Amino acid sequence: MLMKRDLAIIGAGPAGMAAAALAAELGLSVTVLDEQPRAGGQIYRDVDRASPARGTILGADYTDGRRLTEELRRSGVDHITSAVVWAIEDAFRISYTREGRGAQVEADRVLLATGALERPMPIPGWTLPGVMTAGAGQILLKQSGVAARGSVLVGAGPLLYLIAAQMVRAGTPPAAMIETQTLGDMIRALRHVGGALRGWPYMAKGLKMLAEIKRAKVPRYTGATQIAVEGEGKAEAVTFTHNGRKQRIPCETVFLHHGVVPNTQAARSLGVSHIWDAPQAAFAPVLDAWGESDAAGVFIAGDGAGIGGAKAAEYAGQLAALKIAAETNRLSTQDRDRKAAPLRRALAGELAVRPFLDAAYPPFDAALTPADSTVICRCEEVTAGDIRSYAKLGCLGPNQTKAFGRAGMGPCQGRYCGLTVTALLADANGQSADETGYYRIRPPLKPVTLSELAAMDETTQDAAE
Amino acid sequence: METDYAIIGGGVVGLSVAWGLLRRGRTVTVLDGDDGSFRASRGNFGLVWVQSKGMNQPRYAQWSQQSAAIWADFAQEVSGNTGKSIPLEQNGGYDFHFSEETLEETVAKYEILKAQLGGDYPYEVLGHNALRKEEPHIGPKVVGAILHYQDGHANPLKLLVALAADVRRMGGRVLTGKTVTEVTKPDGFRITCADGTTVTSGKVVLSAGLGAAQLGPKMGFKAPVRPQRGQVLITEKLPKLINRPSLIARQVDEGGIQIGATNEEVGLDDRVTQPGLSGLAAKAIAAYPALARAQLVRSWGALRILSPDGLPIYQESPDMPGAYLVTCHSGITLAAAHARLLPDWLEGTDAAPDLEVFSETRFTVS
Amino acid sequence: MKPASPFLELESAPRVDVTWDGTALSLPEGANLAAALLAAGVKVFRHTPVSGAPRAPFCMMGACFDCLIEIDGVTRQACMLEVTEGMAITRPQEMGAHANET
Ligand SMILES: Cc1cc2nc3c(=O)[nH]c(=O)nc-3n(C[C@H](O)[C@H](O)[C@H](O)COP(=O)(O)OP(=O)(O)OC[C@H]3O[C@@H](n4cnc5c(N)ncnc54)[C@H](O)[C@@H]3O)c2cc1C
Ligand SMILES: Cc1cc2nc3c(=O)[nH]c(=O)nc-3n(C[C@H](O)[C@H](O)[C@H](O)COP(=O)(O)OP(=O)(O)OC[C@H]3O[C@@H](n4cnc5c(N)ncnc54)[C@H](O)[C@@H]3O)c2cc1C
Ligand code: FES
Repeated sequence: MLMKRDLAIIGAGPAGMAAAALAAELGLSVTVLDEQPRAGGQIYRDVDRASPARGTILGADYTDGRRLTEELRRSGVDHITSAVVWAIEDAFRISYTREGRGAQVEADRVLLATGALERPMPIPGWTLPGVMTAGAGQILLKQSGVAARGSVLVGAGPLLYLIAAQMVRAGTPPAAMIETQTLGDMIRALRHVGGALRGWPYMAKGLKMLAEIKRAKVPRYTGATQIAVEGEGKAEAVTFTHNGRKQRIPCETVFLHHGVVPNTQAARSLGVSHIWDAPQAAFAPVLDAWGESDAAGVFIAGDGAGIGGAKAAEYAGQLAALKIAAETNRLSTQDRDRKAAPLRRALAGELAVRPFLDAAYPPFDAALTPADSTVICRCEEVTAGDIRSYAKLGCLGPNQTKAFGRAGMGPCQGRYCGLTVTALLADANGQSADETGYYRIRPPLKPVTLSELAAMDETTQDAAE
Repeated sequence: METDYAIIGGGVVGLSVAWGLLRRGRTVTVLDGDDGSFRASRGNFGLVWVQSKGMNQPRYAQWSQQSAAIWADFAQEVSGNTGKSIPLEQNGGYDFHFSEETLEETVAKYEILKAQLGGDYPYEVLGHNALRKEEPHIGPKVVGAILHYQDGHANPLKLLVALAADVRRMGGRVLTGKTVTEVTKPDGFRITCADGTTVTSGKVVLSAGLGAAQLGPKMGFKAPVRPQRGQVLITEKLPKLINRPSLIARQVDEGGIQIGATNEEVGLDDRVTQPGLSGLAAKAIAAYPALARAQLVRSWGALRILSPDGLPIYQESPDMPGAYLVTCHSGITLAAAHARLLPDWLEGTDAAPDLEVFSETRFTVS
Repeated sequence: MKPASPFLELESAPRVDVTWDGTALSLPEGANLAAALLAAGVKVFRHTPVSGAPRAPFCMMGACFDCLIEIDGVTRQACMLEVTEGMAITRPQEMGAHANET
């Protein structure tokens, strides 16, 4: 017999945890599933296990996550850990894998709180061992207390500075920061300075991190171009052009980052409509003011709905919980709106700084539409030039290039090539990102063994006995 | 007239026909749908298959055999022209049986067909032990298999991309993102697309897969095609595990094991379902127990294009002479026949194959 | 001797014995397996089945599948596993051309 819940939440980051705690408080039966062994999501990864020393390195914004993990625990919500969700079907039956066994949960509504992925940054050499995302570098710190010595950080964005500052505090400052934003980007960003001032605490934190990086004497190269990772079989150096001069910095570890983008896999598998968000240069699901999508009963909150950061994720999760509680008669619409008002104000405050950040730290152009020889699909090793050649054969969208050249067919299921393929095709065909579209995402959202699948097969099981 | 032939639908059927016509020096314009259209050509199982086809219509078995026989040569020509490989293996294929009864029943039917084909039906029955010598990973539940030597498998996506490239190389005009909404014949043919594009042509081939169900009747065809869903699984890339293909599983040239396919009458719904995936996984493990540990990486659903009797339809329009309906349920198997043999029928030459049994007159209700 | 690793363990934890491609390693119990292997000096986790190119963890969050390893005949993501006593970890038996290089 399957458990039937009012609400199933996929993801135990700030959005999922906050939504679960509030929904439970309002009387809903809730199951939270997350593939990680402990609650926290990306920002608060493993926060309950982190030693005090680690807490100091990672900062108060990290340890603040204990407030949410504690609320989740206290709420008594059923939190299934290490549960990899691979299919969501039929309003709603959720299939997941836990410790090598398939299982299912049923719920009337789902909240997708699956967060963000780092924006793919295909530059020459990005597949070499030793090249990781900056977020991966941070996860090593958060989850394992492991820090890279003499690494080089490449890219742009506030998260890059946060990670650099955390590495400084860990006693392993980066050997260099190779930054792609330019002075022109900053000047354009000043148009949004009004919003930036409303988001002043963030600006102040940013300046503090920059000061920490400066004190540690980490060399910074801004406006870098022609960035590549060199090495035979592993990363050995980063090369780039800075102020017209070629530079080469030897290193074994390279951390790439030029922003985070919504992880839309689960939403797309449910047929939720997505549109291109130009300032964020990514697809985002189409949602109402409560986070409900155009697929009935499917809600989305947190960075998976559009990048807003951890606090915004928390408020959005709560807004979704309010609407669901009202729909299931746990709450009057008046109470719903009354409780929502302060959340909306806080959310607007959180989002105020975004236009400034998006403009000041745009993605690295050369990694959005890379040179022909650069591998863009890590799994199937398809190059940018391959995609351009399929455009010449008439491919208008990513589903056609997938059939022609396998980009997006590997185990990552397009997570690290999807946006690049859309950008390359849009560019080659002179179409918009919306016209070009995205991969059709199907179950399994993550690979699953055939034995797990077969064990869920009722008909042949009986026949075989 | 802009072009000798307008081909509506740029799947494997349309492109094979276009290729054959271009090779004969005809000018061709292919009109194909958008990124979201239903496309059997990129969701199929890749078998170049003879056994079990045409059990009730020997001419279909023969037509499949003809195509299989010239497939390698056709693929070689296309890949030679384009430098794009089209992996193909024609070392035979299996029909596995989990009970002696079904095996015997099938063999009895094959014997009848074999007689009708004048003995040209090279197959062999392998018991479990003989099969194990050929396929060391076969499971104990498989009691035996029919090994048919004319069967094989190809990489259907590489066929598609190579055909698309070669059609362009030969000067074919391919317009993508065009949904044809109307075909009229004031003088020559005039084809109108949803976005307002028009093309004029001397002849028209309707090879739009399921799209023929809507367009066909407007052009004087019955076009009684319906969708039938097949769900297909593919595993991570594995070391060699399977030698010859079967209807249950095959190992593709890139290393993944492809497992298929369901047969579901669910209309225009091409989703995959957990019960569908589970059923296929269970069957594959019964055939090859080692697959239990393999990771399923990807799955998809695609819609077969089925006529009421499962046979192809080749029909010239009675209302609009010069318009032809070409559709089938095994477009990979028949790709070589469509490219090399069908053009003679479209052109009405003496070498035209006899396709009378595939005309729409068979759907007339008496 | 332990191969040199650019990755430094900031904290010490009780260790357990595991094997990596037949060689004995001692890793922190309960640690993330990918992190522990990196800190132990493992540089290449697998070779791609397409070109045989070497790969190692990239995302550490279960999204990229570059950290694939094999345990009990099943391909798994090292970044999604925790170290347990006696784990026998090998490079995945994919059809990569150079599956035995270090
Ligand atoms: C690597 C990384 C590091 C980051 N670090 C910071 C930081 O230090 N500071 C900061 O302010 N912001 C950081 N961010 C931005 C981050 O997106 C937000 O701050 C915040 O974590 C978003 O919260 P969320 O609840 O939307 O999603 P997340 O916190 O990302 O939580 C999503 C959860 O969903 C789970 N999940 C996803 N798919 C599945 C599935 N199929 N089955 C089961 N579970 C699934 C994941 O395991 C994850 O725990 C980081 C982002 C990334 C990608
Ligand atoms: C699961 C499955 C497994 C299969 N396995 C095999 C196998 O092993 N061996 C084998 O031989 N066959 C197999 N088949 C069948 C084979 O795939 C089909 O016979 C073949 O792909 C049909 O090709 P097509 O070009 O007719 O159709 P499609 O590939 O569907 O192409 C039709 C094209 O027409 C276009 N179109 C539609 N309407 C319009 C319009 N109005 N205007 C313009 N363009 C239009 C569409 O965009 C589309 O590209 C399988 C099919 C399925 C579903
Ligand atoms: S490192 Fe990306 S999935 Fe493990």
